[in-house]
Amino acid sequence: MVGLEHYLTVAAALFVIGIFGLFLNRKNIIIILMSIEMILLSVNINLVAFSSFMGDLTGQIFTMLVLTVAAAEAAIGLAILVSFFRNRGTIDVEDVNVMKG
Amino acid sequence: MTVADYAFYLFAIVMLVAGVFTVVSRNPVHSVLWLIVTFLTASGLFVLLGAEFVAMLLVIVYVGAVMVLFLFVVMMLDVDFAELKAGMAQYLPFGLLIGVVLLLQMGFAFGDWSSAEGAEALRRSITPDAAEVHNTAALGQLMYDDYLMLFQLAGLVLLVAMIGAIVLTLRHRSDVKRQNVLQQMYRKPEDSFEMKDVKPGQGL
Repeated sequence: MVGLEHYLTVAAALFVIGIFGLFLNRKNIIIILMSIEMILLSVNINLVAFSSFMGDLTGQIFTMLVLTVAAAEAAIGLAILVSFFRNRGTIDVEDVNVMKG
Repeated sequence: MTVADYAFYLFAIVMLVAGVFTVVSRNPVHSVLWLIVTFLTASGLFVLLGAEFVAMLLVIVYVGAVMVLFLFVVMMLDVDFAELKAGMAQYLPFGLLIGVVLLLQMGFAFGDWSSAEGAEALRRSITPDAAEVHNTAALGQLMYDDYLMLFQLAGLVLLVAMIGAIVLTLRHRSDVKRQNVLQQMYRKPEDSFEMKDVKPGQGL
């Protein structure tokens, strides 16, 4: 019987894959954005799993809010990426040092 | 094992494999396609959990909008992806180390995890019986009654993101001729031509 633990394990594995992707593709900001999406998806799986097994709908409401924020973040991130590519001709994250911060 | 259990294992394994391929794939277009597979299987998991509305939202919003956005950006930017992949072998051990450490930490937390005694009583919005109220209807009632403020604020977040994305990517190119509607509307006949009274038998 598949229980809450199974879903939590899958979500944890997806989270770790996302973190792994962040480190593996340190230069390619598109894949970094995709990894962040995956991390947020694993959080969503956790929320929905708890919501389903506890019988509390609040988790699914929060899932929708996370979804909204993730979509907004993807849109803004890609917009920054496009304008950065226009100015510098590359999307290498290590070149992002205009402000010398 | 029931059919639902088999479906869970199928979705879970496909999702994790697709996640790994998303991360290690050489071509970003393939990465986006694998990520689409990840999201589709995740929505399958949501259906198994009885959260149909969130599952369909995932398909529509993520697969239908966000991933297409990613695909457009990947295809429209002329980026040398081979060069970006160059340091991958160098980062691999460090990434694996971080991943293993994170997994260990989560394993420790998981081994000692238990539900609190009063957790059942603390539920804020108890799921109604699925035979009486569907998941979508129950979510709608809850969202428009108890979480209206959060709902509106989520809309505000989307509005700000939309305006920000437009402002960031909009550019006025000086070498392109564009229609200026106001200029056209304010144009008068006397600006563009002149009436001459030509006498018969004479030229201008």
